[in-house]
Amino acid sequence: MNWFQRTKEGVNVDTEKKELPNVWVKCDQCGEIIYKKDLWANFNCCTKCGFHFRIFAKTYIQMILDDKTFITINKNMVSVDPLEFTDTKKYSDRIKTTVSKTGIKDAIHTGYGKLNGRPVVLAVMDFGFIGGSMGSVVGEKISRAADAALAHKLPLIIVSASGGARMMEGALSLMQMAKTSAKLALMHEQGLPYISILTDPTTGGVTASFAMLGDVIIAEPGALIGFAGPRVVKEATGKDLPPGFQRAEFLLEHGFVDLIVPRKDLKDTLDKLLEFFGTKTDPHFDLNQVTES
Amino acid sequence: MPVILDFEKPIAELENKIKGMQSVANVDLSNEVSALEQKLEQLREEIYSKLTPWQKVQLARHPERPRSLDYIERFCEGFTELHGDRLFGDDHAIVGGFGKIDGQPFMVIGQQKGKDTKSNLYRNFGMPNPEGYRKAMRLMRMAAKFNRPVLTLIDTPGAFPGIEAEERGQAEAIARNLLEMSRLPIPIICVVIGEGASGGALGIGVGDKLLMMENTWYSVIAPESCSSILWRSWEYKERAASALKLTADDLLKLNVIDRIIKEPMGGANRDYDLAAQFVKTAVIAEFKNLSAKPVSALLDERIDKYSKMGFWGEMNK
Repeated sequence: MNWFQRTKEGVNVDTEKKELPNVWVKCDQCGEIIYKKDLWANFNCCTKCGFHFRIFAKTYIQMILDDKTFITINKNMVSVDPLEFTDTKKYSDRIKTTVSKTGIKDAIHTGYGKLNGRPVVLAVMDFGFIGGSMGSVVGEKISRAADAALAHKLPLIIVSASGGARMMEGALSLMQMAKTSAKLALMHEQGLPYISILTDPTTGGVTASFAMLGDVIIAEPGALIGFAGPRVVKEATGKDLPPGFQRAEFLLEHGFVDLIVPRKDLKDTLDKLLEFFGTKTDPHFDLNQVTES
Repeated sequence: MPVILDFEKPIAELENKIKGMQSVANVDLSNEVSALEQKLEQLREEIYSKLTPWQKVQLARHPERPRSLDYIERFCEGFTELHGDRLFGDDHAIVGGFGKIDGQPFMVIGQQKGKDTKSNLYRNFGMPNPEGYRKAMRLMRMAAKFNRPVLTLIDTPGAFPGIEAEERGQAEAIARNLLEMSRLPIPIICVVIGEGASGGALGIGVGDKLLMMENTWYSVIAPESCSSILWRSWEYKERAASALKLTADDLLKLNVIDRIIKEPMGGANRDYDLAAQFVKTAVIAEFKNLSAKPVSALLDERIDKYSKMGFWGEMNK
């Protein structure tokens, strides 16, 4: 016999964990409950511990560029399915579903814009699109962004967020690592600046190509950055990973990033860097003449 | 005792049968033997001409397959190995040095696997650490300085995913090689002689010509790992091997590679000398074409080659 017996039938007890109403969000790191508007006002960083929430590519574009100066290029480029790849579902279906779910066409946005009045070429990856993976489209769009920078002698800024090369395009994805690196080599020869910004997470083939090749490499606080993912490293070595392994601070300590910059200071830091690099911009270049493509 | 792969068992059985008959004294079985030998020839042709992608992966990983140094020993006269990256150490998973191929001085760099437990541990199973990629780059820069061409031999299950490798910048080491190799002002010929796994292979794989031996594989990920990520099980490695289009035939069609190098019947492991001869002939032929070009044309064509890699479309909505 139970000590407490329910005498009434049909009483509904709320046993499920209550979802926070839409206006509140919980910090993944410290558990603080933050009012969403406060979070947005704080560059999507926790108001208590400073934890950097993952954000959309579009938010980075707004954060980095002057208001309404972004002119997107190659926006209609989409992945095709060159290998006719099928795992548990067809790659072509996976693309379609992801395009309709995310409203973006692949894992990167590229275009021109102004940063405190200076014209730049900007590329921003979106982790929400098949893990920000790099297939032919991501590689080609970065390659064309570098071409644009080369054509008008502009600085290039790339914000990375990626699990690495896209498996569903096999060796073709791998070749995008070579393609993007080759274009950065051309920029290097022309003395044009390239700033690489690493956000959470940046791993695999993206890290092992353009992400690690910046004249200056900036990381966001706490971002996971590495070649092999932590799970793979743990499995391969059978060792416990040291605390903070593959986090931005770990890379700074080992000499692989130049600086860690909180989001609120990102634009100012970029401005200072661009000022130091100086401008080589083609005097005939006029951002107003550039059309969206 | 040679290693027999599962699909090679019918061949091995027939071979043993023939051997058995040949060892019988007093009785003349030469007619029967020659009949069986003919059958063996047919069986080999049948099996090896229709290898599945997974079977090619198995051959590429064959424990008796010739390694970089086996090839170098056979076609590179006076090879002198050079060591160290001048920064941290000497990686035994990548060997490099100079010698002559058909009279032409070359810098040769190769990923080196072992053949037994001891040598595999010494070579870290052909999985380079950052210092391996940095040693390779140092030797390639040296080659450029003295205007000597570079030959790289690719054979790795991947760059080593270790804690120290990450601490020393595995990603940076590979990325730096991609950037520098894309502009090195000398001909670079790359040959996949075994496994070409991902960034670990590409780290010494950027150049003017990429060649693959018949029974090798090259892709963004090993079929087992692909199976584990996409199917969430290790069981689908054969399907993953097919889906990844990782064979030389597939990659020639996709314009990733420039040429397929034939192998001896049954794979390079069956005849080291012949395999080395085939590689040598292909390398000499490619070098002849490349050396006729002025450096500026060579570099423009290299950029152009990589610029064209991949396939994409447009969606107007």
